[in-house]
Amino acid sequence: MSEVPSLRVEPGKVVLSGAWTLAEMLPTLVELQAALANATDGHRHWDLSALTRLDSAAAVLLWRAWQGKWPASLEIGDMHRRVVERVAELPQEMPAPPVARVHLPEFIGRYMLKAAANLRGMIALFGQLILDTLFLARHPKDIPWREFTANVYKTGALALPVTALVGFLIGVTISYLSALQLKSFGADLFIVNILGISIIRELGPVLVAVLVAGRSGSAMTAQIGVMRVTEEIDALSTMGISRSIRVVLPKIVGLTVAMPLLVLWTSAVALFGGMLAALLQLDLSLVYFLENLPRVVPVSNLYIGLGKGFVFGFVIALVACHFGLHVKPNTESLSANTTSAVVTAITTVILVDAIFAVFTRQIGVPQL
Amino acid sequence: MNRQTVIELKGVSTSFRGHTVHRDLALCVKEGQIVGLLGGSGSGKTTLLREILGLQRPDSGVVRLFGVDLNDPDIQAQRDIRRRLGMLFQHGALFSALSVYDNIAFPLRELRCLDQDWIRRLVHLKLAMVGLGPAHGKLMPAELSGGMVKRVALARALALEPELLLLDEPTAGLDPDRSQNFVELIGELQRELGLTVVMVTHDLNTLAGLATHVAILADHHIIAYGTRAEIMTIDHPFVTGFFGADRRKLL
Repeated sequence: MSEVPSLRVEPGKVVLSGAWTLAEMLPTLVELQAALANATDGHRHWDLSALTRLDSAAAVLLWRAWQGKWPASLEIGDMHRRVVERVAELPQEMPAPPVARVHLPEFIGRYMLKAAANLRGMIALFGQLILDTLFLARHPKDIPWREFTANVYKTGALALPVTALVGFLIGVTISYLSALQLKSFGADLFIVNILGISIIRELGPVLVAVLVAGRSGSAMTAQIGVMRVTEEIDALSTMGISRSIRVVLPKIVGLTVAMPLLVLWTSAVALFGGMLAALLQLDLSLVYFLENLPRVVPVSNLYIGLGKGFVFGFVIALVACHFGLHVKPNTESLSANTTSAVVTAITTVILVDAIFAVFTRQIGVPQL
Repeated sequence: MNRQTVIELKGVSTSFRGHTVHRDLALCVKEGQIVGLLGGSGSGKTTLLREILGLQRPDSGVVRLFGVDLNDPDIQAQRDIRRRLGMLFQHGALFSALSVYDNIAFPLRELRCLDQDWIRRLVHLKLAMVGLGPAHGKLMPAELSGGMVKRVALARALALEPELLLLDEPTAGLDPDRSQNFVELIGELQRELGLTVVMVTHDLNTLAGLATHVAILADHHIIAYGTRAEIMTIDHPFVTGFFGADRRKLL
């Protein structure tokens, strides 16, 4: 017996044979559908006794061809009849899955509400941190030193190579481009001022913040998020261990401590890159550069840079932990929250940087 | 009646980092059988199931489904084989980002041949088959209870009208009442759709309620394969230990 599903129209009746299953129908689906549509009008008797198999996909196809009612005369095996009956028992009109329509005001409103909720969540997390710190001050035995040092190592020490590489290349680029401009004015010596101020005060901290937000911030969100999905966070709570003291606090404190160190390291490497480029491009000796750097760049710039690093580290870790704690147990939420964490962290860092620029505009700029 | 061979394993050997899981394992499942795969923890039942699914390649040996070697390089043939089997994972493995409706509709849409109305009817049909209503279609997997996850996963496994259904611990994590319901559900579907079923289970009630045949995996290979009555008579430390005094229960 042939397994290929086929439909034969004889005078006064339609004969179906073969295996009418999804897998067997797929190659000739279009022809079968057309043949069924043709066969529906005029012919009254349906002979399905020669069917070897009939699955529900085929039954739905038949039922639609019969326009939702049993044909006047039908010959069909008991088992196959049962399959068609199942389809017949379904309500005729299937409710279409609802398609959510989004209006612009609704969209904006929802977005604002979400932003407000996130802000509230972060303030709550900040408050929790203060409470935890007070608790730890009274119970120094509970301070999670091991987690704290692990986080400093993970977010600080392991980030040294990549920040050095990026810092070096940025230093070289800025020095090279500035040198081209300065040469045309004959103001070669000002390369020290430009590199010193821009890298130490501005570029070093922001560059590190962007790198760390992408590298450590996303890792924190994903880690806390997965711990939530797999109920590890709940497991910690049942052991009487505070999730905020063991999981959140060491991450935030760790990054807050590690960031200024990373900023110092990256600024140093970027300056070194800039010095090398200046040596090659302007014949400015390394000794001259190093001797003049403290003279033209007041040390307060360094403090501002380190202060920025401190604040940026705190902000990145706080944002990352907040989004991590709000991951819902599905893959979509995990990816959305990780993205939000990185985007929000970088945006907030740049916002904070602007605030820093406004409030420190009187400090550390050499008056000529 | 001459039944077609659905699963054929020959000389299958697998090892992980020098630790032998299977050695020269052979198994042959015929159409329409419900095979319960038994074995102690860590005896490689899940590995065997993954090898049948083609998720994992044995170190040596042949795995044939519907007469087609899973090592066949023809991608189209491989895909056609996958469409003839359905798998119920132990924890459901529902796509957490999709609703129940979309989870079941997903494999149907992937065929790229069916129209929306057809898919809609099929999804509601499958939901009805596993005893769920259209209202459940809107739920997300995270909102479902353990029993419902299994039902939805079964509906998804059945979406492509498989001829072979593989179940990994179908009743683990269900209470006895629900587990009994689930067993009856699978049994009913099997009779109606004429499925071949292979299931891994530790639960004697599931085994007694469903399986026509039992395969026992111990000492790295299938030590016994036969009808339930035949398995009763086997004298092997694992069989004695597993069934204990409850041997009769299997009948």
